Amino acid sequence: MSMKTVTITVNGKLVRATEGEYLLKVLRREGIDVPALCQHDAVEPYGGCRVCMVEITKAEWNGWSDMVTSCLYPVADGLIVQTHSNQVIELRKTIIDLMLARNPHTPLIQQLAADYGINSTSFQPVPEPNDCILCGICTRICDTMGFHAISTVNRGHGREIAPPLGEAPESCVGCLACALNCPTNYIKFTDSGKTRTIWKKQFEMVTDKRTGAPTITREFAEYLIAHRNIPADYFDLNDESHRKETATNMGAIAAWSREDLK
Amino acid sequence: MCIIANPQELKKRHVELAAKQERFPKKVIVCCGTGCLANGARAIVDAFHAHLAEKNIKDFTVEAVKETGCHGFCEQGPLVVIEPQGTFYTRVKPKDVAAIVDKTIANGEILSPLLYKDPVTEHRIERYHDVNFFAHQSRIALRNLGKIAANDIREYIAVEGYQALAKVLTTMTPDTVIDEIIKSGLRGRGGGGFPAGKKWRTCKSVQSDIHYVICNGDEGDPGAFMDRSIMEGDPHSVLEGMMICAFAIGAKQGYIYVRDEYPLAVVHLQKAIDECEANGLLGDNILGTDFSFRIRINRGAGAFVCGESSALMRSVAGEVGEPRAKYIRSVVKGLHDQPTVLNNVETFANVPIIMLKGADWFTSIGCKNNSGTKAFSLVGKVRNTGLIEVAMGTTLRTIIYEIGGGILENRPFKAVQTGGPSGGCLPESMLDLPVDFDSLTKNGSMMGSGGMIVMDDKTCMVDVARYFLSFLVSESCGKCVPCREGLYQLHELTIKICNGEGTEEDLVRMEKLSESIIVGSLCGLGKSGPNPFLSTIRYFRDEYLAHIREKRCPAGVCKSLITYTVLEDKCTGCVACITACAYNAITGEKKKPHFIHQDKCEKCGACVAVCKFDAIEVK
Ligand SMILES: Cc1cc2nc3c(=O)[nH]c(=O)nc-3n(C[C@H](O)[C@H](O)[C@H](O)COP(=O)(O)O)c2cc1C
Ligand code: SF4
Ligand code: SF4
Ligand code: SF4
Ligand code: SF4
Ligand code: SF4
Ligand code: FES
Ligand code: FES
Repeated sequence: MSMKTVTITVNGKLVRATEGEYLLKVLRREGIDVPALCQHDAVEPYGGCRVCMVEITKAEWNGWSDMVTSCLYPVADGLIVQTHSNQVIELRKTIIDLMLARNPHTPLIQQLAADYGINSTSFQPVPEPNDCILCGICTRICDTMGFHAISTVNRGHGREIAPPLGEAPESCVGCLACALNCPTNYIKFTDSGKTRTIWKKQFEMVTDKRTGAPTITREFAEYLIAHRNIPADYFDLNDESHRKETATNMGAIAAWSREDLK
Repeated sequence: MCIIANPQELKKRHVELAAKQERFPKKVIVCCGTGCLANGARAIVDAFHAHLAEKNIKDFTVEAVKETGCHGFCEQGPLVVIEPQGTFYTRVKPKDVAAIVDKTIANGEILSPLLYKDPVTEHRIERYHDVNFFAHQSRIALRNLGKIAANDIREYIAVEGYQALAKVLTTMTPDTVIDEIIKSGLRGRGGGGFPAGKKWRTCKSVQSDIHYVICNGDEGDPGAFMDRSIMEGDPHSVLEGMMICAFAIGAKQGYIYVRDEYPLAVVHLQKAIDECEANGLLGDNILGTDFSFRIRINRGAGAFVCGESSALMRSVAGEVGEPRAKYIRSVVKGLHDQPTVLNNVETFANVPIIMLKGADWFTSIGCKNNSGTKAFSLVGKVRNTGLIEVAMGTTLRTIIYEIGGGILENRPFKAVQTGGPSGGCLPESMLDLPVDFDSLTKNGSMMGSGGMIVMDDKTCMVDVARYFLSFLVSESCGKCVPCREGLYQLHELTIKICNGEGTEEDLVRMEKLSESIIVGSLCGLGKSGPNPFLSTIRYFRDEYLAHIREKRCPAGVCKSLITYTVLEDKCTGCVACITACAYNAITGEKKKPHFIHQDKCEKCGACVAVCKFDAIEVK
């Protein structure tokens, strides 16, 4: 990718950016608050939630403007961006209103709704709501790492995240990257003693050499040693914060190893 | 068969094959498209083989029997045409074949009961081209359908097949090919109507070692079968169109994405590809030039959304067929991130004949900015249904009343739905609208891939909107919120109105929601998804208001809002309705007026269908 610096206008202010980088990144860097529910740094942008949409134009477009998802719009010189124009706000409100009908009890969505002045949905709430907002972060992280253990099933409104055939997924290594990165903590897992259960699959844990405390699953450890050149002592850490960090970093690890495999 | 070494040799073969066709003008054309096969065409072919072999009639050998692709008139099938006089027989049964051989073929006698009866004049029509259904059509993309045997490359070569390719390879450059396509004004027939030449030019201009050509044969619109018929009945014209495109943009590999429900199309396309490879028309150094190109078939996953370009390309690449949001167009970064031209089957089928006859010929057909023709599948409440092709700019009236023969049972016309499930409905006042990309879009509908559903006065337009939205809700892939949740809610609101529970605020909310779905959705499905609602509210607002204000369904369709009652003065007490009612909702004594118990009536309509005295009122 070229590293050319370009200048764009965001809400009237001149901003420097790198040509081709995603607009949302630039907006975040500038401290502009644009909601984004399906964006995650470890995976490629997705364009599913649509709340990150902004209005763009260019001087040469003769007054014509377009609405784009900032999470995957590549920045180019001369871009003029409105992140809170009337059209943007109206669209964002409708989308949040729609999400509130699907996820009425989900704190993340409730908070976003409150930020946009929506108390309750004006649509018909779904009969049996859950906390999955279908952002696809879990499946994309799992795919990016190369496990492909879970995916979306069913089309349209009946879409869900599930392992193949709803059974314990063969290729799942129990890394928890899906669960720990789920923005609504919808994916449940249990760690009890030396066993971990996620997606109905049970895993035996590798234990910390010194303390005997469980660290990661045997499958995951074997995978990392065999395919990612991770030294075995990497798995000695066992506390919660380290695990979350590991999970988040897996995307980046996967990205460079993918480059290696090419 | 052997390699055709150069264009001169191809020309020679054409001349020979065409001369042979001329020497033997007598033919028995048996339609072997999917529709006629389903109605028993195979047995008819066998019967002709048997009888012709037995009777030994001069010039009518077994070889005179031709199994062609779909004529578009499947509802009248199986079809048989006797050439050269063009005698046209419909709904032929195997037992009719002996008489056709003995009388028509041997003695030129016409078998009147097998002739098509014009539904308006009730006259029997003898010749193919005198049938109104065919007489008002202009066939370009469907030019060979019903004329040549679908699975024999010699038939295609006899009708100047691959001469356009030869012309392109020997006398033109990629740029002059693209110039010609641009000049012809050919627009994509798969939906959007984007100028094909412009697409090719952009793709060619992208610097890359690899370019791809993809043919979209997904045809997801329910009831549409234009692309299927072309792929089945004239596969070589699609291949030739793709080859010309490949030459123009510098592609070496092409793919045809065929929907999984089209097995015969796959068989015929594969046969055509194999024949081309055997003849040196696909592979390395085609016709002895340095142009090399190969084509592979991909079977579609069967979802409507797989016809969308980014979903289709992912599917071809072996990924999940789901649309991907991209701000870099696929002509620049398409399949495997390489510059790719994706065109529809019908678009490609137009290409060879444009190259042969020239852009000026093509622009002389059709109307301004909409040159050429368009194929439609005409269905619904018209007398003649089927696959048709008309010059762009032909009015809806001509299509519905001339080709379609008018509305069934002489009922009033109410609306025509064009553009597939996410198209729109046009009212009677639009009957004189010329059918072209721009006119349809301007008036709230669209061309889509060419579905055309005619509706009569018994159709409720709110119910129509509900029906198409339910299709789109179930076909939405569910990736993005505006389409997944928005269309779902829009559909729920139409159900509410059909149930008589809607309010006028709901209409306002629906219009606003539609706007957000259009602006916010990721792919074309969501972006056009609200059309069924928007076009019906635009032209049939009164009908929505009748449901909302008066709790009344004027067309008598929405079950919650109608009641079935016996008109005492008309009822003869024949008891037919009692037997018909599966819910025991009707009581009455013989020869006395009957009575419908509203608490038991499920509004199935069975009683109305059997009452010979129009004694049951639906209101
Ligand atoms: C939901 C959806 C379904 C589509 N289905 C088809 C299809 O079945 N066949 C087709 O040719 N184009 C289909 N299209 C249009 C294609 O995306 C694409 O524009 C077209 O194939 C380009 O070819 P053309 O320019 O020759 O029309 C569909 C588009 C959308 C949004
Ligand atoms: S489970 Fe969580 S991460 Fe996965 S799609 Fe649902 S909300 Fe997103
Ligand atoms: S635990 Fe890891 S491997 Fe299993 S589904 Fe989640 S991300 Fe995939
Ligand atoms: S608009 Fe509909 S079909 Fe298209 S990506 Fe979004 S959810 Fe899927
Ligand atoms: S509409 Fe159906 S259920 Fe009602 S009375 Fe007639 S036959 Fe019976
Ligand atoms: S079928 Fe018609 S005429 Fe006969 S009993 Fe029923 S309502 Fe009366
Ligand atoms: S964050 Fe951009 S679409 Fe979800
Ligand atoms: S299949 Fe014979 S007319 Fe269509």
